[in-house]
Amino acid sequence: MNRHAPTHATTVLYDPPAAGAPEEPQAPAAAKRGPLRRLVSRFSVLGLIGLFIVVFWLAVAFIGPVVAPYKGGAVTSTEIFGSYGPAHWLGTDYLGRDMLSRILFGTQYTVGLALAATLLASGIGTFFGLIAAVSGRWVDEILSRLFDALISIPSKVLALVVIAAFGSSIPMLMMVAALAYIPGAFRISRSLAVNLMTLEYVQVARARGERLFYIARVEVLPNMIHPMLADFGLRFVFIVLLLSGLSFLGLGVQPPNADWGSLVRENIGGLAEGAPAVLMPAVAIATLTVGVNLLIDSLRRHGSRSHGGGK
Amino acid sequence: MKVHAQRLIAARLGLALLTLLIVSAVVFGITGLLPGDAAQQALGQAATPEQVSALRHQFGLDQPAITRYAQWLVHVVSGNFGTSLSNNLPVSQLIATRLPNSLVLAGLTALVSVPLALLIGIASAMFRGSPLDRTLNVLTLSTVAVPEFLVATIAVLIFAVKLRWLPALSYLSDVSSFGALVRTYAMPVMTLCCVIVAQMARMTRAAVLDQLNASYVEMATLKGASPMRVVLRHVLPNTIGPIANAVALSLSYLFGGVVIVESIFNYPGLASLMVDAVTNRDMPLVQGCVMVFCVAYLALVLIADLCQIVSNPRLRQR
Repeated sequence: MNRHAPTHATTVLYDPPAAGAPEEPQAPAAAKRGPLRRLVSRFSVLGLIGLFIVVFWLAVAFIGPVVAPYKGGAVTSTEIFGSYGPAHWLGTDYLGRDMLSRILFGTQYTVGLALAATLLASGIGTFFGLIAAVSGRWVDEILSRLFDALISIPSKVLALVVIAAFGSSIPMLMMVAALAYIPGAFRISRSLAVNLMTLEYVQVARARGERLFYIARVEVLPNMIHPMLADFGLRFVFIVLLLSGLSFLGLGVQPPNADWGSLVRENIGGLAEGAPAVLMPAVAIATLTVGVNLLIDSLRRHGSRSHGGGK
Repeated sequence: MKVHAQRLIAARLGLALLTLLIVSAVVFGITGLLPGDAAQQALGQAATPEQVSALRHQFGLDQPAITRYAQWLVHVVSGNFGTSLSNNLPVSQLIATRLPNSLVLAGLTALVSVPLALLIGIASAMFRGSPLDRTLNVLTLSTVAVPEFLVATIAVLIFAVKLRWLPALSYLSDVSSFGALVRTYAMPVMTLCCVIVAQMARMTRAAVLDQLNASYVEMATLKGASPMRVVLRHVLPNTIGPIANAVALSLSYLFGGVVIVESIFNYPGLASLMVDAVTNRDMPLVQGCVMVFCVAYLALVLIADLCQIVSNPRLRQR
């Protein structure tokens, strides 16, 4: 019924994941080695780099404010747009604040906000996707139409509309980012679940007379987790980009708080001098998003290989 | 007998219209219903309740939501988006002055990015698993994830600040010669291309790979066709549909990408108009811009669908 389905960009960015393929049993040889070695053997070099970056930024999000050399808003230098130096490793910003501390303090906004929004988006999207796939017919049709319509508003534009109406506070930003990416998550989880619904064990469960909720929870959901996790990572990347883009436009996190996007914006005046204050926050965003992408790509590759793939 | 194809096309058109209707309801719901009151906002805190209710009546805000939505929809369909709150000009006029600029930017970006992306995608699919493919994979994977403003700021840093080849801002006044045109558009187009090329190339690669696994490709290889011939003669015609889809999706990403790029380079396009409207909370203008963006997106998807239908002989002839 939904043959049309203009696939959302995220669905084809990567080779289609082996939909619903059961989690591969650990090779017995790998199981005997220590957990760390097993972890290492799961990833390629690039994947390990990605994993390292992601863990690093996650850690910074939590302990950043503690380890920061200066207080977040403290003006510590008379020099504005200072360059790299021993007192200020990443230079100073347009008011003479320490850039490293600004970035460390900003991490919790960029990473934390995006993480919360992604959890919301993926959670709600998966929930509705499951409902649509399990109940079929009318519910499916209505939900699909609705989310298809939402997808046709570009996420940044949708975010702008909501911010125009409600202003931008931290909870609002979280909702905006989640709202913008729920349709994509719905799309993917629905198509995964629809495929799973045709499998024999689900048919058997239906014939057994199991309730729909049971089927969704016990038969379908566990088999979607793996691809949905990869999708979660992608969605996280998109949301980081969306939120920092909004902040860059001055419509995201509002001063005195600052995420990395706002840091780029407030220091854009230093661009002509090539100040680290404008480059470093942008580089921080890029490392985070590229890191997540590398990690997911490596996971997916490994996954498809061990599924006897080579697809 | 093209009845089948025609019916398909009609169905797609209907679907697009339905989508547009839902979008308009969502947009109106977000901007027109929930947030407090335009009358209160226009009059400020000091207004008396009588003044507010008078203005509410004048704006028609005292009518039920459905009526207001219907009225708004009728106006929008006839091209009347209302009057901008910040400068009292008709929204449609504001959009009409900015839209061509955005279309030129998008068109130029498409002109550069589509051939480049197809080349990269097809090459990396042909030599899959080779060092070339791996390098391109990592490259595109990283570029997809880099925020536009990083690309833009680095481009400004290199080309405008260090090399002084290009102006840091786009002024549309001097596009008289080809050289001036290139100087004006080089950086915005370059920035937009970066993200889009990567995305499109990845999708193209996936589409071609999908076909390369088909048995007719094996057949062609077995009968001795060169890899080049297999790809160009056998595979490509079959991938037109998926590739058109990939191109449309990537180009639709443009509509989000221009939001940042137009603001950075101060380019007088539709997206920067919308950002200003959001900053000023100019709702009629925001509504108008969103609807234009959506129509553009749906048009792209529709064109991709048509390509898919037309390029599929089974749908054409039966």
